[in-house]
Amino acid sequence: MLHRKKKEKAIESTLLMVSGVTVVALFLLCFFLFREGFLLFGDHSIISFITGSSWYPSSSPAKFGLLPLLTGSLIVTAGAILLSVPLGIASAVYISELADPKVAQLIKPFVEILAGIPSVVYGFFGLVIVVPLLQDLLDLPTGQTALAGSIMLGMMALPTIISVSEDAINSVPAALKEGSLALGSTKWQTIYRVVLPAALSGISAAVMLGIGRAIGETMTVMMVTGNTAIIPGIPEGLFDPVRTMTATIALEMGEVPQGSEHFHALFAVGSVLFLITFIINLIADSVKKKYRLQEGV
Amino acid sequence: MSKKSMSYMITLLLVTSLALFGAGCVGNDTTDSGSEEMQSIIIKGSDTVLPLAQAEAEEFMIENPESTISIIGGGSGVGIAALIDGEVDIAMASRAMKGSEIENAQTNGVDPIQQTIAWDGISIVVNPENPVSDLTFEQLKAIYVGDISNWNEVGGEDREIVVLSRDSSSGTYEYFKDEVMEGNEYRADALINPSTGAITQTVSQNQNAIGYVGVAYLDETVKALAVDKGSGAEEPTSENILSGEYPLARPLYFYTDGEPTGLALEFIEFVSSETGEETIFEVGYFPA
Repeated sequence: MLHRKKKEKAIESTLLMVSGVTVVALFLLCFFLFREGFLLFGDHSIISFITGSSWYPSSSPAKFGLLPLLTGSLIVTAGAILLSVPLGIASAVYISELADPKVAQLIKPFVEILAGIPSVVYGFFGLVIVVPLLQDLLDLPTGQTALAGSIMLGMMALPTIISVSEDAINSVPAALKEGSLALGSTKWQTIYRVVLPAALSGISAAVMLGIGRAIGETMTVMMVTGNTAIIPGIPEGLFDPVRTMTATIALEMGEVPQGSEHFHALFAVGSVLFLITFIINLIADSVKKKYRLQEGV
Repeated sequence: MSKKSMSYMITLLLVTSLALFGAGCVGNDTTDSGSEEMQSIIIKGSDTVLPLAQAEAEEFMIENPESTISIIGGGSGVGIAALIDGEVDIAMASRAMKGSEIENAQTNGVDPIQQTIAWDGISIVVNPENPVSDLTFEQLKAIYVGDISNWNEVGGEDREIVVLSRDSSSGTYEYFKDEVMEGNEYRADALINPSTGAITQTVSQNQNAIGYVGVAYLDETVKALAVDKGSGAEEPTSENILSGEYPLARPLYFYTDGEPTGLALEFIEFVSSETGEETIFEVGYFPA
């Protein structure tokens, strides 16, 4: 017995250590990210970084303006969300409300596989298939555009959006639906007027998580968006090449000497990216909590 | 998951992390001491030199099975930065080290020695459907700087020019900027591609595109333009590059910290040997 207890204790403390490492790693990461990023502001004003409209890291004097990269990330993400949210919610409604259970069982694994495809594969598919297609269909000078990025990211965010909104829809109390149907509403009226509003906060959480997934994605975006650091017009910028914050870090980190201005500028971009995803995750979390509370009532 | 499989999982996790940790230690030991039996070196840098170094290393390792040569790409700047940080034995570069990099190296106690291992031609590529077949240096510069934006200004169809460039870690990016653009900035709307492969891929699909790639990357999906630096348009053929008539040819370098020794020296000697030179031709470059 004693031996068993010791073993239990050992496993417990190992697990505690492992999870402790996660927390420590996060704090160290934040610390270094912000410290290295902050060092940029010795020579450059923080205002010129945030409001600067040109990113010329290798010209002299170098210009580190965040705006083209920030707007690039935002337009690609916005496009991705516009594409994936309606599709995702529609699929979730179909899977959880309408589909024959057998069909739903068949569709679900496919959605999961979509989540498991490596991003470089998405990127390659985008570059070889989607980019030339967009160029021909829309008669653009190049298909490497924000839209190509949005389509690929939309596909990549779909599994998150589908599975989280499916959970939300499934946890709508059956009594609500039955009540609606008993009052003579059709299936569609019930979904549209009762189920979706009841699941709204869960679905919003799904959308926020999808945004988080899209804004942090690097490889795919770098391969299909053309990486041109110009502030895109909205909305016509969707059809122009753009450069995201993630792609900038990935493209330029290799050549920068440690401790140079450019190095700190990339860390500053990384800090902004981190703050954005952090805030999005916080919002998603609080929305989710709210919806759980409602469940309890 | 049952408790039993859970504890298996944890054991597995611990064992793997221990193994990885152990492997890391062992790896460091061998590179430091450079023991006689199992020698290994790390080479890193230019994506242009990468295919050559890989082919040479394969040949070399067939002849010397006890040696290991690891080769990593990433761009000339990446390789040079790694040499300065003392992470690699040889840096591959498709451009000479910049003054600032040499200074950095010296402050880090690294004394970079340059070896020219081969010559590379840079070819300007367009889609095979594009009727334009030659450009002057002035036209190229105007296209890349942003003064010319339509193919009809250089004798082509009325189409917008889509300008492709490598990212700034690339030695080819720097070379092209110095050699053709006379140090001017690339136009702001140039598409930045993370690899040479992405440039050939895009050019092969896009009739509006123009890009630059190493001659070794040429294939039938793209068309190489003849280039005129004032003495007539020259095609990037091997004769023209070897004779020096093709204007966009550049040396490829290996950099070492101090004079190369041990396996690094053997490998560099192998590259300039007769078998090594044959491999250089096979890959699409030209012996120094």
